[in-house]
Amino acid sequence: MAEPDAGHRSRTPSALGLESMAPHGWRLAVVIVLGLVFAAGPLLLSAYWVGLLTQMVILAILAMSLDILLGYTGLPSLGHAAFFGVAAYAVAVLATAYGAGFWVCVVGGILIGTLLSAALGLIVSHVRDVYFLMITLALGMVLWGLGYRWIPVTGGDNGISGIPSLAAHSGLPFAGPVAFYYVTLLVFVACAGLMALIVRSPFGLTLRGIRENEGRMKSLGFNTWLHCYLSYVIAGAFASVSGVVWAYYNGFVSPTYLDLTASSELFLMVTLGGPATLVGPVLGAAAIVLLKNVMSAYTARWLLILGIVYIVAIIAAPKGVWNLGRR
Amino acid sequence: MTYLITQTLNGLFSAALLFLIASGLTLAFGVMRIVNIAHGSFYMLGVYVAYSVILRTGSLLLGALVAIVVVGSVGFVMQRFFLRRFGSDPLAQMMMTMGFALVFRDAALMIWGGDPFTLQYPPGLSGSMEIGEVVFPVYRLFVIFVAGLVGVALWMVNEKTLVGARLRATVDDPEMASATGINVALLSGLVFAAGAGLAAFGGVMGGPILGGYAGLDFDLLPLAFVVVIVGGMGSLKGAVVGAIVVGMIDNFGKALVPELSYFTLFAPMVLVLAIRPTGLYGRA
Repeated sequence: MAEPDAGHRSRTPSALGLESMAPHGWRLAVVIVLGLVFAAGPLLLSAYWVGLLTQMVILAILAMSLDILLGYTGLPSLGHAAFFGVAAYAVAVLATAYGAGFWVCVVGGILIGTLLSAALGLIVSHVRDVYFLMITLALGMVLWGLGYRWIPVTGGDNGISGIPSLAAHSGLPFAGPVAFYYVTLLVFVACAGLMALIVRSPFGLTLRGIRENEGRMKSLGFNTWLHCYLSYVIAGAFASVSGVVWAYYNGFVSPTYLDLTASSELFLMVTLGGPATLVGPVLGAAAIVLLKNVMSAYTARWLLILGIVYIVAIIAAPKGVWNLGRR
Repeated sequence: MTYLITQTLNGLFSAALLFLIASGLTLAFGVMRIVNIAHGSFYMLGVYVAYSVILRTGSLLLGALVAIVVVGSVGFVMQRFFLRRFGSDPLAQMMMTMGFALVFRDAALMIWGGDPFTLQYPPGLSGSMEIGEVVFPVYRLFVIFVAGLVGVALWMVNEKTLVGARLRATVDDPEMASATGINVALLSGLVFAAGAGLAAFGGVMGGPILGGYAGLDFDLLPLAFVVVIVGGMGSLKGAVVGAIVVGMIDNFGKALVPELSYFTLFAPMVLVLAIRPTGLYGRA
């Protein structure tokens, strides 16, 4: 009992199932194919597909950020799209109403989204399980309501258009969809690397400990409230990054980024892909972007098909595709 | 003063509809810990089914009955074949209901089209009443009255019958209830079906005023959730109090500060949750 911490540390890697983190078999194949498509795809594909790939990569950052919260910490947030949306709105308002420069918009967007998550985190971090689901849903709706009704600032239902393009705004030579894609990919790689470091750090292991047994972590002396709070803020910060990139990708923001549908779609990306894997949410984001866009091109009934796909996927892989065959 | 009374009555009308929707949602949560994203869809399906029946038969009563039975059956099937298998996993259940919400929304669009409509008023209830200076539509008073009846009936079932006793036992502790011989699975199915039927009934009652339109489901769902969250998940009393609070705040908020109306609605809920995560009458 002299060193409670040592006992905890010594059983980290294998006891928490980390040895299965390195992909092999079909998972390795998927990672390689995905990596190749993300790395070289835009050089070969048409502008439409480059756009889809860009969407996938941006939403992958967002889905991974939710995974920190939902998968690793076990806090199911149903309002996570809010930070993405608020950061995008921040860029739009700064760029159009205040004529702010590029770096002000980027830093401002990330800062505002992160500060918001730091403020809301104070309210939600003591709540768990289904109640966490409900309170985050409620917070998401508050922000959606503001975006929808606070017309002088947000433009209401019409949203805000006229966000300048990345090349024009930053003065850097990134004109055209392919260049934009590779900038996005760079952001993605940086964010994914950081998030992977975070979830493998002692801090990340503590988050998993809280997910598995909060009472035990508490009695081991961990401040579980603070860990949940930090997890919420970190997830909010990465979501803000993706929101900023999205604002430049789309050039337009509207309240639909904040609504329940956006958050539940995001939730599905993580849960269908495989929570607590980081790779799974990337797959989930790619699959849902692909499904939505390809199906809506062929049929007006794509919502119906999307619903059926969700239902079938949950029955077939309740723990997510990436976790198929595990445990 | 007149303004105040009229707005209060309007608030009570909203509260009555909200109670019809939220009571099923809260009971299903109490028994199954299920966050049902498709609950607004039940309300919407109720209006649409009633609309079809009334177009063919002209009978509002028949429309209401068929809507309750059809939507209740849909709920039962959904619970029996899709939700029950994930009994111990609230997240999987919630996502399942999300999938269904999408399916219902698009199916309704496919079957009934996207044109908005309203149901006709029941005979004799279309006018308005004058009490002193207050002029108020009779139908709205009727809805408030009916919701009150439903509330009393639910309370009677819950407190005074054997089914109600089993229900309360299951809400308290599903495992112990199951061990004492209560068929929790069947009870869950019935509660879910009854909740769906109640929401459909709410749809019919709101039909002459709110009508039916594409997107109705997701317009009402957040409000129903606010009611359940404020009142306390799983508590019938909470649903009554929550419905009245939300109905009032929504009405006065819309009337007084329209540009912040969603904010005035959701902010008190966040406050309640931050202080009492289980809501006013909920238990952890």
